[in-house]
Amino acid sequence: MNTHRPSTHAPSVRVTGAIATRVLTQLRRDHRTLAMLLVLPCLLQALLWWVFSDQGAIFDRIGPALLAIFPFFVMFLVTSVTTLRERSSGTLERLFTMPMQRLDFLLGYAIAFGLVAAVQALLAVGVSVGLLDLDVRGPVWLLVVVAVADAVLGTALGLFVSAFARTEFQAVQFLPAVVVPQILLCGLLVPRDQLPRVLEIASDVLPLSYAVDAMTELTVSTATGEVWRDVGIVVGFAVACLALGAATLRRRTE
Amino acid sequence: MVNSSAVVELRDLQVVRGGQVVLDGLDLAVHAGVTGLLGPSGCGKSTLLRAVVGVQRIAGGTVTVLGHEAGSPPLRTRVGYMTQASSVYDDLSVGENLRFFARVLGCGAGSVYSAISAVDLTAQRDQVVGRLSGGQRSRVGLAVALLGAPDLLVLDEPTVGLDPVLRRDLWDLFHRLAADGTAVLVSSHVMDEADRCDRLMLMREGQILAHDSPAAIKASTGSTDIETAFLALVGRDAA
Repeated sequence: MNTHRPSTHAPSVRVTGAIATRVLTQLRRDHRTLAMLLVLPCLLQALLWWVFSDQGAIFDRIGPALLAIFPFFVMFLVTSVTTLRERSSGTLERLFTMPMQRLDFLLGYAIAFGLVAAVQALLAVGVSVGLLDLDVRGPVWLLVVVAVADAVLGTALGLFVSAFARTEFQAVQFLPAVVVPQILLCGLLVPRDQLPRVLEIASDVLPLSYAVDAMTELTVSTATGEVWRDVGIVVGFAVACLALGAATLRRRTE
Repeated sequence: MVNSSAVVELRDLQVVRGGQVVLDGLDLAVHAGVTGLLGPSGCGKSTLLRAVVGVQRIAGGTVTVLGHEAGSPPLRTRVGYMTQASSVYDDLSVGENLRFFARVLGCGAGSVYSAISAVDLTAQRDQVVGRLSGGQRSRVGLAVALLGAPDLLVLDEPTVGLDPVLRRDLWDLFHRLAADGTAVLVSSHVMDEADRCDRLMLMREGQILAHDSPAAIKASTGSTDIETAFLALVGRDAA
């Protein structure tokens, strides 16, 4: 213990990388959560296929929407609980006494969960396209890009919402409040342009709608212009949520 | 007034939490060596320590640490902090926790090794923190605070619930660190730890009742132990 700590002006790539690596290490140790993150979406997709096995066209319509919902739903849940834990266990406070910026923390989480989402999407898309014969006209890799953008959105929203929960129990309650309305309005049940006018407008300002639009577009068309526009909108929402999340991360608290 | 060689200087510090005034115009200077902050639970010890590391929102006054504003960037690698909650990741091993925080601080693997051995957890290095005993867990938190040889260590009740042998070892460690030039600020609600400190601050209801060496505090109150001195000081305060 004779070496002094180096100066604080080190690049934050180091800190962001440290946080992303640490989050992934925690996930690797938590086998159940990892299984839920990676295997469950494939099983649910297969269940959906089975449910509509006698009505082939419906799976082709709903399947893509579900591919958009999984990453958003799961990453929202995992992030809101893990960041709440950081706040309540004192680890976030400790990190704030160290050379860590808010952005390091947010990006570290976004990168870690973005990577998990990429693997999740590869598996879910692989099962849907390879085994369940989901019809995809556009490039399959773009499905994965949409899923990752969507997962980062879920992560950002989860980070933001965790500031308003005191317990993990409360954090989980935000799921029906914040996520379920988006699932109802995203075009999964009724195509968005057939919704009552007020609900259609509401669905226009909800980010999940654009992720679902992008997935659906990829299954029906080889053109990618609209898909990129939708991905841009999802990323825009994610950045806005990260900014809001950053505002809730305070070095000094009461 | 306040000595310029002070490691920590509080001037007119005011803290309000949940509408309650916790600290009301506190002036204080902490010097090198091992300083104990003693007082009952809820007297404002943790709030004071949080202000020193710069994570407490303050309503007024200034907190200066090593010549800089508390919590400012130059201090973030020079102050080691341990909360009562240990503030480590239960789902990571001892080594993983230390390596993570070392990376955030930008200090090397040698620092990880010496921090783990300083708190005597070398044998538990690969164990997941959540499976350790409460005392071992809090030592992991202490090891993180030791990373990179900080100039000031702020420790909130680091010896709670530890067995007497380990408590003695930790106090020996604090004195070794102080001898190497680290200022150590330790809180405790256990009065019998008072005699292990170079200097003592007795705290009650947000006020510092006495700030001196344990011997001087006992002499000034004509007491043979700190608990009696504390009671005498409270009585004097009330009179």
